[in-house]
Amino acid sequence: MSAEQKELTQTPLLKIWVPGMGSSLGQRRGSSRPQFTNCPTMIVMVGLPARGKTYISKKLTRYLNWIGVPTQVFNLGQYRREVLQTYKNYEFFRPDNEEAMKIRRAYASNALKDIASYFTKEQGQVAVLDATNTTRERRGVIINFAKEKGYKVFFIESVCDDPEIIEANTMQVKLSSPDYENYDKEEALVDFLKRIDCYKMSYVPLDEEKDRHLSFIKIFNVGSRYLVNRVQDHIQSRIVYYLMNIHVTPRSIYLSRHGESELNLLGRIGGDTGLSSQGQKYAKALAEFIRGQSIKDLKVWTSHMKRTIQTAEALGVPYEQWKALNEIDAGVCEEMTYEEIQATHPEEFALRDQDKYRYRYPKGESYEDLVHRLEPVIMELERQENVLVICHQAVMRCLLAYFLDKSEDDLPYLKCPLHTVLKLTPLAYGCKVESFYLNIQAVNTHRDRPTNVNVARKPEEALQTVPEHL
Amino acid sequence: MRGADRSKNTQNLDKRVCMTNCPTLIVTVGLPARGKTYISKKLTRYLNWIDVPTKEFNVGQYRRECVKIYKSFEFFRPDNEEGLKIRKQCALAALNDVRQFLMDEGGQVAVFDATNTTRERRETILRFAEQNGFKVFFVESVCEDPDVIAENIVQVKLGSPDYTHCNTEEAVADFMKRIKCYENSYQPLDEELDGDLSFIKIIDVGRRYLVNRVQDHIQSRIVYYLMNIHITPRSIYLCRHGESDLNIKGRIGGDSGLSAKGQEFAKSLGQFIQSQNIHDLKVWTSQMKRTIQTAEAVGVPYEQWKALNEIDAGVCEELMYEEIQQRYPLEFALRDQDKYRYRYPKGESYEDLVQRLEPVIMELERQENVLVICHQAVMRCLLAYFLDKTAEELPYLKCPLHTVLKLTPVAYGCKVESVCLNVDAVNTHRDRPSNVNVHRTAEDALQTVPPHL
Repeated sequence: MSAEQKELTQTPLLKIWVPGMGSSLGQRRGSSRPQFTNCPTMIVMVGLPARGKTYISKKLTRYLNWIGVPTQVFNLGQYRREVLQTYKNYEFFRPDNEEAMKIRRAYASNALKDIASYFTKEQGQVAVLDATNTTRERRGVIINFAKEKGYKVFFIESVCDDPEIIEANTMQVKLSSPDYENYDKEEALVDFLKRIDCYKMSYVPLDEEKDRHLSFIKIFNVGSRYLVNRVQDHIQSRIVYYLMNIHVTPRSIYLSRHGESELNLLGRIGGDTGLSSQGQKYAKALAEFIRGQSIKDLKVWTSHMKRTIQTAEALGVPYEQWKALNEIDAGVCEEMTYEEIQATHPEEFALRDQDKYRYRYPKGESYEDLVHRLEPVIMELERQENVLVICHQAVMRCLLAYFLDKSEDDLPYLKCPLHTVLKLTPLAYGCKVESFYLNIQAVNTHRDRPTNVNVARKPEEALQTVPEHL
Repeated sequence: MRGADRSKNTQNLDKRVCMTNCPTLIVTVGLPARGKTYISKKLTRYLNWIDVPTKEFNVGQYRRECVKIYKSFEFFRPDNEEGLKIRKQCALAALNDVRQFLMDEGGQVAVFDATNTTRERRETILRFAEQNGFKVFFVESVCEDPDVIAENIVQVKLGSPDYTHCNTEEAVADFMKRIKCYENSYQPLDEELDGDLSFIKIIDVGRRYLVNRVQDHIQSRIVYYLMNIHITPRSIYLCRHGESDLNIKGRIGGDSGLSAKGQEFAKSLGQFIQSQNIHDLKVWTSQMKRTIQTAEAVGVPYEQWKALNEIDAGVCEELMYEEIQQRYPLEFALRDQDKYRYRYPKGESYEDLVQRLEPVIMELERQENVLVICHQAVMRCLLAYFLDKTAEELPYLKCPLHTVLKLTPVAYGCKVESVCLNVDAVNTHRDRPSNVNVHRTAEDALQTVPPHL
């Protein structure tokens, strides 16, 4: 290795220091935190129907994508529906149905091919194979496939004997499945239970002894107990931690920004000012709204910034402060108006419009940094039940993107207006959103992406979408 | 951090999310030489570092205080009435101290380190906890691998006060008989019979875990931590970036490049690392120019962590101490009064830094050989974690430029080897001055500022 010192330059968008010439030894430049994923990982679900496999698959995928690990679900039920077009009845799943078995093996094999393609052609890092995978034979096929290709395998098995939970699952997600479009509820339930029976006969759960060389987590009764075997690496450890923190108890999460602040009125970003008089009105209205919702055991969280704390104070209930909920640090642009940013840092302003998710303010943060900062908040939100989070525009966009599975492109432009509470309630595989505008006037702080994001654009073009202010 | 003052009723000023409403009693379970004390001490160190006041209570120590001289394994025989009486007394004495710690001394977590191998003993503890309103979380270590057990015995048992007057063979023989005394009455935690209890069963040093009924945030964090630690021998190398241009000028923070001496250090570091012949070394840096320049000279791939960036000095970024005294004399004094909790205006505190570094520590626990090239305040925080330093000590730990610290886990702690790479550098360490009063003279304030250009 040559003894000469390479010159470092800072990449304009991400503000990452890289050696001036060509190749370098640093990895994963774009992220504020290394993800430690070297080879692709297959997550393989295991379990009888109605055990929450699809729920877990979708939720886990949403989480991994949000923390920056490209992940995709491959649901065999969907492959089946594409091949068969119409579902007749449970007989398709009978273990002695030779013809059906052939078809099922075929589309399962297609799913594996698609997984390989996802990893090699689409830069995927994690693939979640959502299927029953209830026999050792089937799991063997998957393991061999992964071994051949050099993928890691991690099994997630959901074991549940509680008939109430199974019935609730069935009612929530099965009866409205495309399979049962032409059935009435009673018939659908009967057919589905027979479907489960078809699998029960040949179900071989993961075994601590026989499968001791595999990496897996066994989830019993929706999380009251877990068996974890041979966690191989960082991502599997994160996955286990996540799975052990999620729950299915019904609850709602309320997201709101602080009341309108003095800097908001002046069209200035960042800073740490107090509420304007409209903002104070909002704080009172928020208190009334929360009382009206009659929420059981509500936890209230704020950032460390004056404006969220002032808002929370009006509620008259205990609240907890998280530094992690502080607004995005705009570095040298703190407390500037967009006009001033355009005047003093026109190139930065353009770069931000080019890639608002990854763009890092000089001496500040990017949305990507914000997501990593917020990860412990999300983890704790998963553990909790009813929570009201009083935060800031960029922060709220990141949290919302997690719950509503928004992409990195959409995230920085999500609409999170002042004086509006979003109530998120988990439902089936997703999240129901109710928006409550509390009827207190406030400035608009949302700046859309302008048409011209070129560094050489005119100031008018740059400032085209700036909302009005004093 | 232990020693840091946390007022319970300043809820509005309390910066941290409350993780424990009622105190938690962690109870170890397992035969001798299964790593219970290792886990207890490590977990206690971690919890204190993340600001959860924790203390371990080792019943073996109570026994040694009671029975001044250890004769032989016969003391532990299940039919030794007198032995049993004394051992029960010791356990109760320890529980008493647990109560005092959790109720009167502001403790949040107590780790009750003993074999606790019978259901009867565990029942006693559960009743005690219920009476006092403590949550209970069991940590059981189950291991049948004879190599692991033998290694444990060599590492920590032979050096125990119990065996100071024995030679190695005698000690090992006696200790194996001691384990036998427990084996017959050992009732491991059972998923059915103990289904209502909260616990983690660690099998074969982390090959497998059984986790039951995690009740709250702190138990979840404990489980995550226990699932990430390992005992594979390895070393962690900590060093700062090479001397930077701002270092020479006596300015704090900023994002400057290496000075000529700094570049020399980077080269020396590269040579040092080569000479150490480290297996599979991972190199981590911050996202600041000076650590990256240093890593580039080492010549192996490195990972950048924003979390390893130096403490943000807010409005004081790039100022000299003399300038800080001039412009912000009040802030300067407040910092000297409580350097751990003091937050720079629009900046961070050491306390914030620890929170920011927690994922780095977690990943360091997972990894094996790692070189971390970071910054003064960051290195102090990491060092405090490995060497179990208090909040008072942490901000004054000596982390000079151009010196590599090699940390190697050994027995219950960490061996530190300091390697100075013999490249001159300025001193950037500012001790706490004698006068921290807000009304002190500029002279008094600047008394301990190290020399610079």
